[in-house]
Amino acid sequence: MEAFKQHTGKVIPYDMPNVDTDQIIPARFLKKIDRVGFGELLFNDVRYTPEGSPKEDFVLNQEKYAGGSILVSGPQFGIGSSREHAPWAIQQYGFKVVIAPSFGDIFRSNCFQNGLLPVQLSERDTQTLIQRAQELSDYEITVDLEAQEVHDSVGFSASFEVDSFRRDCLLRGLDDIGLTLEKTSAIDAFERANA
Amino acid sequence: MEVMAPKTMFEKIWESHVVSDEPGKPSLLYVDLHLVHEITSAQAFDGLRMNDRTVRRTDKTVVVADHNVPTKDRDKPLVDEIAKTQLDALAKNTSEFGLKYFDMFSEKQGIVHVIGPEQGWTRPGMIIVCGDSHTSTHGAVGSMAFGIGTSEVEHVLATQCIWQAKPKTMEIRVDGTLAAGVTPKDVALGIIGKIGTSGGIGHAIEYTGSVFRDMSMEGRMTVCNLSIEAGARSGMVAPDEKTYEYLKGREQCPTGMDWDNAVEEWKKLPSDEGAKFDTILKIDASEIVPFVTWGTNPAQVIPITGRVPKPEDYPNSQDQFAVEKSLKYMGLQGGERIQDIMIDTIFVGSCTNSRIEDIRAAAAVVKGKQKSPSVRALIVPGSWLVKQQAEKEGLDKVFLDAGMEWREAGCSMCLAMNPDRLDPGERSASTSNRNFEGRQGPGGRTHLVSPAMAAAAAITGHFVDIREWDYVDA
Ligand code: SF4
Repeated sequence: MEAFKQHTGKVIPYDMPNVDTDQIIPARFLKKIDRVGFGELLFNDVRYTPEGSPKEDFVLNQEKYAGGSILVSGPQFGIGSSREHAPWAIQQYGFKVVIAPSFGDIFRSNCFQNGLLPVQLSERDTQTLIQRAQELSDYEITVDLEAQEVHDSVGFSASFEVDSFRRDCLLRGLDDIGLTLEKTSAIDAFERANA
Repeated sequence: MEVMAPKTMFEKIWESHVVSDEPGKPSLLYVDLHLVHEITSAQAFDGLRMNDRTVRRTDKTVVVADHNVPTKDRDKPLVDEIAKTQLDALAKNTSEFGLKYFDMFSEKQGIVHVIGPEQGWTRPGMIIVCGDSHTSTHGAVGSMAFGIGTSEVEHVLATQCIWQAKPKTMEIRVDGTLAAGVTPKDVALGIIGKIGTSGGIGHAIEYTGSVFRDMSMEGRMTVCNLSIEAGARSGMVAPDEKTYEYLKGREQCPTGMDWDNAVEEWKKLPSDEGAKFDTILKIDASEIVPFVTWGTNPAQVIPITGRVPKPEDYPNSQDQFAVEKSLKYMGLQGGERIQDIMIDTIFVGSCTNSRIEDIRAAAAVVKGKQKSPSVRALIVPGSWLVKQQAEKEGLDKVFLDAGMEWREAGCSMCLAMNPDRLDPGERSASTSNRNFEGRQGPGGRTHLVSPAMAAAAAITGHFVDIREWDYVDA
């Protein structure tokens, strides 16, 4: 997993409450054998027409937001099933951070497992970010995990809470495998003793 | 002098594999053998690639194609696109990561839980994992073996370790002698019928008592295999002379002095006199008869002499509802004699019952007889080696002469991921392990039985009490 300390990127505002994992990635796409290729399927049913052409009014399809890497959305983001395909899809689209007033529990932990940072800000702060992203062009913000703070260049700044164990893992780029690999010397020693 | 507290075999194996133990966290255990197949590994390999990781111990990782391989016409192109994609992915992944891979053309191919013990990969005292719940099978040689999920597969590939919270221990002791015609499958079905599908949850089972001491290695594998159907992630039998005799000379086993030293170590594994189990269940061998499942989970089991239960046989409404639902799916009324139920298909195979002993048991029943014209009969050996051995003994002829099909090795109709499956409403007598709704094909109706009972049902067209079977002398 890639370490996450700080990220500056363009905001994509998706002003919608209760975005569940079925919306993020519909169940029929879970049959794939690989963990790649989910980015194109992100938000599939609201993003494309049944015939497969992009819907013009959907944020991801608007020129203005091309290249965005920070998703800002409404409360209860990621509720629903435990599918890890949801964070995979968001991440593979190119997002590094999701900001919302609240998150589905399992979704949040799945994000951490995959190095995608979920940031919880107040409803007012997320609305501010959404508005600025809609009104300004190429609106960028910086998310600083070390300082646990979000800011832009036009006066916005807010701090956020994050579980210290998870923060530590992300700062050092450690997933569960990463954690175990930190014990490599213990594993080496075990192998030597039992060779 | 310090007196050591007596330990169970489970505790001994667990303790000798702890790499790291911190309070409040699961233990990090070392894995001696990681078995891999096509269904649960693709995303794990992708994970490794995405994070630029390698497989820590390619020498402790064995990969085989079994779940969705066809059991006939292997020389023709695969018709199933999803299966082809998965098998192609496995071939690519194993070559990229430098892993031993037995594809469907290899003479070492077979169901992952059959080839492990058969080639001697599986040995006493090991911790063995596989992305498959029936990994419990390997406990038959005196190892601790359990199934894991896809992210754990990735974890084991990368680190050769696994985080585990310690389960409780359960002793299942069966003493006495099994009657003729009563098989290890019946022992397992009897146990599951008694403790239910959740009776073993959170426990590692050790099977003890004279019935398991007297049982063949193949039989012990059948019983350990079905531990998961009782809710336990692992089941084991202490190694003994039978174990050593079975393993000696197998391809992956040590030889010469190394063998002698290994056996000395293995002899220390059995549970100490007075070791404490968290739960103990005692069963007398006389309670075990030929069993048949009538419903849609492996605990819904009755003796071959019995009648299918009716909802009103059960006191509480929850059970009544469950029975009603199972009966409806199975197309049964309740109250019918199990021996009157006609079947359409028999399947002898799966990691539960596809070893040479199982094939021999089925052949002994079939010998000199013809299958019922209305029955389709599939005999699917668990591995190439089993197939070869059976053919050497002329068993393939016995089945073919009886009008039955003799196939190539694979999971086949156990889970119907390949073309071998039941049609909706079709009823099978199957030696596999799960009679869940749709397990052998959407709408298919599965009755779990021993190989001898399945073979007999193929001849008569309905279930029969194998204890009364008229065997033809060899
Ligand atoms: S034979 Fe059946 S239970 Fe065994 S590994 Fe194959 S699919 Fe699973």
